[in-house]
Amino acid sequence: MEHIRLPKVENVKLVDRVSPRRSRVGTLYLTATHSIFVESEAGVRNETWVLHSLVCSVEKQAAAASGCSLLIHCKNFQVLHFVIPRERECHDVHLSLQRLSQPESYVELYCFSYKPNVGEVERRQEWDLLDLKADYSRMGVPNSLWKLSPINRHYKVSDTYPADLFVPESAAPPVIVGSSKFRSRGRFPTLSYYSKDNHAAICRSSQPLSGFSARCLEDEQMLEAILRSNPRSDFMYVVDTRPKLNAIANRAAGKGYENEDNYSNIKFQFIGIENIHVMRNSQQKMLEVCELRSPSMSDFLEGLESSGWLKHIKAVLDAGIFIAKAVAEEAVSVLVHCSDGWDRTAQVCSVACVLLDPYYRTLRGLMVLIERDWVSFGHKFSHRCNHLVGDPKEVSPIIDQFLECVWQLMEQFPCAFEFNERFLIAIHGHIYSCLYGNFIGNNQRERIELGVRERTHSLWSYLWMNRADFINPLYRPDHSQTQGLLRPSTAPYCFKFWRGLYNHFDRGMHPRQSVEDYLQAIQEETQQLHDQLASHKQKIGKLEQEQVWRVTQKTTTLDKSPTAWALGNDLTVANTPQDYTGDFISSSPCQPKAPESSLILLPHDLNQKSEANLSNGSDQESGIADLSCRSPLSEDSTRDPDSDEAAYSAA
Amino acid sequence: MNIKLIKYGVMEFAELIKTPRVDGVVLHRPFLPTVEGTLCLTGHHLILSSRQDNTEELWLLHSNIDSIEKRFVGSLGSIIVKCKDLRVIQLDIPGMEECLNISSSVEALSTLDSVSLMYPFFYRPMFEVIEDGWNSFLPEEVFKDLESMTDEWRLSEVNKDFSVCPSYPPLVAVPKDVDDDTLRKVASFRHSGRFPVLSYYHKKNGMVMMRAGQPLTGTNGRRCKEDEKLINATLRPGKRGYIIDTRTINVAQQAKARGGGFESEANYPQWRRIHKTIERANVLQEGLIKLVEACNDQSHSMDRWLSKLEASNWQTHVKEILTTACLAAQCIDREGASVLVHGTEGTDSTLQVTSLAQIILDPACRTIRGFQGLVEREWLQAGHPFQQRCAQSAFSNNKSRQEAPVFLLFLDCVWQILRQFPCSFEFSESFLVLLFEHAYASQFGTFLGNGAAGRAKLSLPEKTVSLWSWVNRPQELERLTNPLYEANSLVIWPSVAPQSLLLWEGVFLRWNRSSKCLDEAYEEMVHIIEYNKELQNKVNSLRRQLAQLETEDPLLQTP
Repeated sequence: MEHIRLPKVENVKLVDRVSPRRSRVGTLYLTATHSIFVESEAGVRNETWVLHSLVCSVEKQAAAASGCSLLIHCKNFQVLHFVIPRERECHDVHLSLQRLSQPESYVELYCFSYKPNVGEVERRQEWDLLDLKADYSRMGVPNSLWKLSPINRHYKVSDTYPADLFVPESAAPPVIVGSSKFRSRGRFPTLSYYSKDNHAAICRSSQPLSGFSARCLEDEQMLEAILRSNPRSDFMYVVDTRPKLNAIANRAAGKGYENEDNYSNIKFQFIGIENIHVMRNSQQKMLEVCELRSPSMSDFLEGLESSGWLKHIKAVLDAGIFIAKAVAEEAVSVLVHCSDGWDRTAQVCSVACVLLDPYYRTLRGLMVLIERDWVSFGHKFSHRCNHLVGDPKEVSPIIDQFLECVWQLMEQFPCAFEFNERFLIAIHGHIYSCLYGNFIGNNQRERIELGVRERTHSLWSYLWMNRADFINPLYRPDHSQTQGLLRPSTAPYCFKFWRGLYNHFDRGMHPRQSVEDYLQAIQEETQQLHDQLASHKQKIGKLEQEQVWRVTQKTTTLDKSPTAWALGNDLTVANTPQDYTGDFISSSPCQPKAPESSLILLPHDLNQKSEANLSNGSDQESGIADLSCRSPLSEDSTRDPDSDEAAYSAA
Repeated sequence: MNIKLIKYGVMEFAELIKTPRVDGVVLHRPFLPTVEGTLCLTGHHLILSSRQDNTEELWLLHSNIDSIEKRFVGSLGSIIVKCKDLRVIQLDIPGMEECLNISSSVEALSTLDSVSLMYPFFYRPMFEVIEDGWNSFLPEEVFKDLESMTDEWRLSEVNKDFSVCPSYPPLVAVPKDVDDDTLRKVASFRHSGRFPVLSYYHKKNGMVMMRAGQPLTGTNGRRCKEDEKLINATLRPGKRGYIIDTRTINVAQQAKARGGGFESEANYPQWRRIHKTIERANVLQEGLIKLVEACNDQSHSMDRWLSKLEASNWQTHVKEILTTACLAAQCIDREGASVLVHGTEGTDSTLQVTSLAQIILDPACRTIRGFQGLVEREWLQAGHPFQQRCAQSAFSNNKSRQEAPVFLLFLDCVWQILRQFPCSFEFSESFLVLLFEHAYASQFGTFLGNGAAGRAKLSLPEKTVSLWSWVNRPQELERLTNPLYEANSLVIWPSVAPQSLLLWEGVFLRWNRSSKCLDEAYEEMVHIIEYNKELQNKVNSLRRQLAQLETEDPLLQTP
């Protein structure tokens, strides 16, 4: 609490970025974990909560007559613009938030103090929901070709790798250790995914320390062993996911890539995915485009193009497709690496798994996949997601790109995924929120030292408990789209801008009726109908029996539950006009003062189904449905003092 | 008479068809296996039937062909046929002479000058006409609805012989207090005689939307008291109205030099004029050509795709048109003001705006029948020159300045609203695609001709079948119905943010990518809804059975 210089500021304005006239005035509270804005209009209980750990940057602008502006960018792409009357106060809030949003040590993170109403026994059980060993045995390992190696039990061989690793049956410990010494950070080639059907495997590692001419017999033997673990194949692919130039540059630093001449029967392939710095800048540019105030179509499309974001998404997906096809169609094993093998390698391996195996397209499967390819294999979440104050050059939206690749696939294969877009957005939010321990730290060893299993809650369990919110109504396990390898198109026009994530909080941009919610409601009703059908059948059977036997017994009272079931309001939702005119509208009297609650964003109370509200669901409560029913001559269009006509002629 | 015409037609066509039949032709279509078969040319169709079972694999109207290219590799010739519905197919034709003959015949047959030689004049329906579409949306019937709401308007016959305004229908709704003489004077002050007429009456508050051609003020600021009187007659005492000029102020200023212009503040003090930026026809056509070219680019480069998409400006047009329509709707519904919309002629951008504003405001226009009525009222009877605008599509090299995807842009905008309110439309996307196809090439007469007078001369109701006759049959309606529809009586305000406006894949990427997975998703959605209905019926019938059992049971009836 010592970081809070000012716990409460009154008369703060929360500016609506899209239409400034919808701005609201209220009180801003700073607590140990959240900033809370409470609208002060009588009769409205409207709160906006922002978790400090989600704050990405706080920017104080020069003081103006109306007050001093504070711009808060969040890691979940929410942008809040406060205007604080006095500069002094703004300064204090600014400094407080800057400190609060940049914890210096892990213990400061919210997950270590977050105490939802869950008992200790249940909390422990949360962490048992996912079991990676079970996933490996689902894949069919260990078997006669792959074995579980105890070699990294104490993180001695590679401190960023998990303790449990699968290696080829023929790989003896000296080979593994030798190979690990020839790889960056000791990240030797190890199993990521094994295809039971044809024995092809996806393996991953970091780059070899080959420099210009170095060789390592054990590393060559290691690859040989991987090749032999796929008995029917006489070669394997080695995929370097970096652009060739980057890989060549690494040779000067004693690193580099495999020389085809030194390894027997490998086919070496570069797939140019850019590095974390390029990706960080690209997303930054795209977000600037998303934040433009009333951009023209050209502003938007030009900005999207020059950000390069979709190009990078396509590169990741292309690489995933290459690997998935090698495994599924050629039955050839693939070794994937980049530099350290925890960014691009994680992306590409996990995208390939989503394409290859229907299991990873289920709710549980995606969680397992992230747990395996990202969490256990040491994607540096705390560095990449800026959980603690640290080197800004380490920050990069690598996991965002993976989630977006999954979303792009969902757009092409609407029936193939058990989960919906909300699920991806919920995962994204919590990777950054630090509410759960899953993504704290940079590798398994660090998480054990931090005791996340002992001291924090697990996101997977939370998501699983609320899975009803995350189910895709179009999914059917027996649907043809659900089976086997996905073959997406990678024509550029198949890639779309992910409005649902990057403009998540700009509610006005989203469709006002959701087909998915509609279908979900229908399915719920169908379930109820099933129950009624059964109960009616039972009663009829009983009655018929009674009539036959003339049993003089009164039947139970009729089930009077209504079958006539109405869809929720959200499906007939109306809305309000937005800015169609530029200048004209900013002084138009017709902007309604809609109470809007959807800004409340991060789950401050997990017992509520807050994730569901992260997306369009929260519209219902905003009361906007009433507004468009109002007569056009209602107060909001007549009493407004700004209803000057001058603006029209100016337009 | 009809037989004569057909005979004349057949003779005419016979001269054009040099080779009526070629065997061993191979057809290539996107996402379908190649087919070998016999190619036949008839007066109106290009037909390919495969040898095996003589089924028609391809049945293409010549009028659907936008351009045709020849390629030769040795003696094997290929023609690449690019259609107005944006499909591209390839036919490999053995024999150089055959290929040349086919190609020149198709070229001639697909560019016939005479309207009366078009297929709709030869087409005989193979289906039972339940309701003659030519009588489905008569102005006098539509006016009856208006009369039930207000008595401030009358149906004028001033244009009954098309002498006042050739592009207007014989009957138009005008303010009750304005007589026909006044209308004639106003017509002489408006472009092409298009005096202000009623387009839409907003029942909720009695406000109206009118449309017209630009006023002919010229450089010396001519005025017309009758014009002022006419439009002022639609205002409530003390209220203002809005004039939405679809052109920028600069374009409107320049129009003065050519005798056109806009309403000045001095002469129309009760009206506020707002200028918007909807592009003119030839710019839109250029946009369509560029967009389709971008969609067919095979380079697989993301940068190239995005920059071409941007350069086509198509999405910009969509945004501008939608924004203007929203503004008009906002003035009516939120400001409680009447609106007059015009551009230059009042036959293109004006109609985009007035028809879209009605989609936003009026739930009736979001039904299948209501939408047909809207297209009939605001496009066909309102004088949009379909034949000129839809003569060519995206592939033609013809440099005629008349073509423009004005109607396609309107449909695109409707699709955008449909995407944002997927449960508020009775029709599905396939209805919009169908209208796009038939506007460009059709067996029906609905979209033939230019303007009311031109259409009347063609005697379309007597000589052709209406598209609506075909659509308004149960089996067809079922195909076009949106399974998600729940009548929504509210005004629907779409978002016009660039992030909210999508490329209409159903038209522009239709032939470029397999739609199998999306079709399956649609079927799955239908299945979920159908299954729910089925269960509902079962539960209801069981409930009835239960109730019956209970009443039959004498023991239960005793109190």
